Amino acid sequence: MSPVRFKSIKEVEEYQTSLQLLSDSRRLVSISAASCGRASGALQIASALEKSLKEYGLTDKVILKLTGCHGFCQFEPNVIIFPERFFYPNLRPEQIPQIVEETLLKGKMIPELAFKDRADKKIYLTVDELPFYRKQVRWLLDAHLDLDPTSLDDYLHHDGFKALTLVLTGAIPEEIINLISASGLRGRGGAGFSTGVKWRLARQASADQKYLICNGDEGDPGAYMDRGLLESNPFSVLEGMIIGGYAIGAEKGFVYIRQEYPLAIERMEQAIDQLRAAGFIGKNILGSGFSFDLELVRGAGAFVSGEETALIASIEGRRAFPRQRPPFPVVRGLWDKPTVINNVETWANIPLIIRQGPGWFSRVGTEQSKGTKIFSLVGQVRYTGLVEVPLGITLGEVIYGVGGGLKEGKKIKAVQTGGPSGGCLPASLLNLPVDYESLNQAGSIMGSGGMIVMDEGTCLVDLTLYFLNFASQESCGQCAPCRVGTRQMVRILKKISSGEGELSDLDRLEKLGWTMQKGSLCGLGRTAANPVLSALRYFREEFEAHIVAKECPAMVCKKLIAYEIDPEKCSACELCVKACPYGAIESKTDKIPVINQELCTRCGVCFSTCPPRFSAIRKVSRKSLRQNQNRKSGGN
Amino acid sequence: MNSLEDKAEKLLQTLPSQRQHLILFLHLVQQELGFIPEEVLPLAARHFSVSPSEIFGVVTFYSAFRLKPGCQHEIVVCQGTACHVRGAEAIMDEFSRLLGVKPSEENLQKGIWLKSVNCLGCCAIGPVVVVDGQYQAKVNIKDVEKIAEKLIGKNEVK
Repeated sequence: MSPVRFKSIKEVEEYQTSLQLLSDSRRLVSISAASCGRASGALQIASALEKSLKEYGLTDKVILKLTGCHGFCQFEPNVIIFPERFFYPNLRPEQIPQIVEETLLKGKMIPELAFKDRADKKIYLTVDELPFYRKQVRWLLDAHLDLDPTSLDDYLHHDGFKALTLVLTGAIPEEIINLISASGLRGRGGAGFSTGVKWRLARQASADQKYLICNGDEGDPGAYMDRGLLESNPFSVLEGMIIGGYAIGAEKGFVYIRQEYPLAIERMEQAIDQLRAAGFIGKNILGSGFSFDLELVRGAGAFVSGEETALIASIEGRRAFPRQRPPFPVVRGLWDKPTVINNVETWANIPLIIRQGPGWFSRVGTEQSKGTKIFSLVGQVRYTGLVEVPLGITLGEVIYGVGGGLKEGKKIKAVQTGGPSGGCLPASLLNLPVDYESLNQAGSIMGSGGMIVMDEGTCLVDLTLYFLNFASQESCGQCAPCRVGTRQMVRILKKISSGEGELSDLDRLEKLGWTMQKGSLCGLGRTAANPVLSALRYFREEFEAHIVAKECPAMVCKKLIAYEIDPEKCSACELCVKACPYGAIESKTDKIPVINQELCTRCGVCFSTCPPRFSAIRKVSRKSLRQNQNRKSGGN
Repeated sequence: MNSLEDKAEKLLQTLPSQRQHLILFLHLVQQELGFIPEEVLPLAARHFSVSPSEIFGVVTFYSAFRLKPGCQHEIVVCQGTACHVRGAEAIMDEFSRLLGVKPSEENLQKGIWLKSVNCLGCCAIGPVVVVDGQYQAKVNIKDVEKIAEKLIGKNEVK
């Protein structure tokens, strides 16, 4: 923790200079230790490193640092060794002594443990060579590689609070707002409203009290950009908020984080405490006469809280019910006072824009969408993780350039963006630029940045059913179009998925979707039908196949498929017989076992148990199975 | 005097009486007692000057709060999109079968709550399961049996 309490801008600058002078020539080992890293064993790697360093007598010669998320989440736990930026992926504690001896003692990278690209079979030694990192523009994420998220000193060392000291050195609030407007920054939470315009409206509103809120209620399943930022660099978000407070004239800010993110909450609490102790928040900040304080609010598990008016209700201690807009929160928000709500990533961009200038920021992006955007690239893509790319990049460049394309032998079928409010785009749209307008026109949304890549093994009926189930559970129930509409859609989709749908159901879904879009009270209801409507727009044949042919082409919908043992491939090892939880596979001594379709629940355990060298269990459509059986019994 | 109420009263004393602190209070009660006893609702109502029914409304609106005591073991199976397309549903079914507990049911008799959550934000390492607070990455059907055995003993697993 920073040992000082700063009373003036000059003191901060002097302290920062002294930190630079202290620059440490020791090697740094940075361990990726955000939630994903910890789940994969980052802390065990850390203690193995500590132990091994002691054994080699290197404890004083090497700095160990638990950082936030390095972004290459699939290859957790991983470490980066500075100054070379050597990258060691997927580590196991027993590999650590070797790394300590070769790399930390002798300075050599161990190629056998380096990252091997399964696509081009090449070995990449450093982070900067890796295609996954090389093709990104990591303005916000780069600091995550070597920043200790619990240390204010480390943040100051990374140019932290330079933006705030610039602002407090005589800038007038309107200038700051002009700067943000000129940068073209738009809200990163999904809707893409201009941040500068929002701030100006709040600045102009006359009131005795104004508030700021950081929306960290990242509820979209499949998205974790904000968790990454909150866990890895909480200070940058808070610096953005202090600057925002100065610009609009607010004295109080709230950071709202969903309770499903315990580590993010812990990091944020620590960061706020440190800022208060160091004098970056509180009364008369750095002697500027400007006072501003921050408070952390923990959510309680409700997706709808991410909607801005619902979030306000939740901070006030009420049920998270959205309300009619207008009046917008910039006019009447928290406790009816003008309130600016921005997403985590938007706040994190603010210090960057102030430090680098709006011209620097807006040189990247498209006409209307400037800067970079963080996406959580997940699903069936070869390399999953948190990626930051310039807006306007095409979907294909993200998936193939950064994500390395799909896994061996898989073909891309759809890309889902924007979570339960977004849509599924087909492979034919891979040239679509990723910006707010283009995604909207294609029937999806930017959303907060979830990007889920799906292959031929994903069924669009099943996926839309999943999203609608989610929306109907999370609907707050205030307005009928959302409450009843999502429920009806679930009912119809279930019918289709079990092969009992009718063609007229598709028209019914579209009509319902239209009603929900036009009639719902808040954004959740208005966008809840998007997954269905976009799927019907691009994948209608798949729905029709379920209805007319009673087949699930992706072989996912349980009621329409069956498992079968291929006698040509089966070697009668009987692993599946033992594995079947329902005793549905009958052993025939020395012969190929047979699946009893009456007992089979299509849980798929046999399918994943059968050794890949045999791959003798296959999925078939239930209809063709029945026809085969009929033919056989007819022949007897 | 009931000790539950004592504890709740003590927590209330640490908080200002503005309603904005209600949700924090509920978090604190649940952290300390494992659930929110109904006796606590009138106390909170008095402290924050709102009706008990309002408090009840807040408690039941948010999925984080529960009005009954919890179970000894809590298994959370993430059903986020990325986990879903990697087979989270089958993982849930397998847990349910092996433990003899229905999905989403709080089985007080067995002391197991098999719970689903919409997304834990660990999407790159799915399917994710959290067993008594410990995150486990890339869980497959075979892992489920190991987890279940560790939890309730080999003989109890079906």
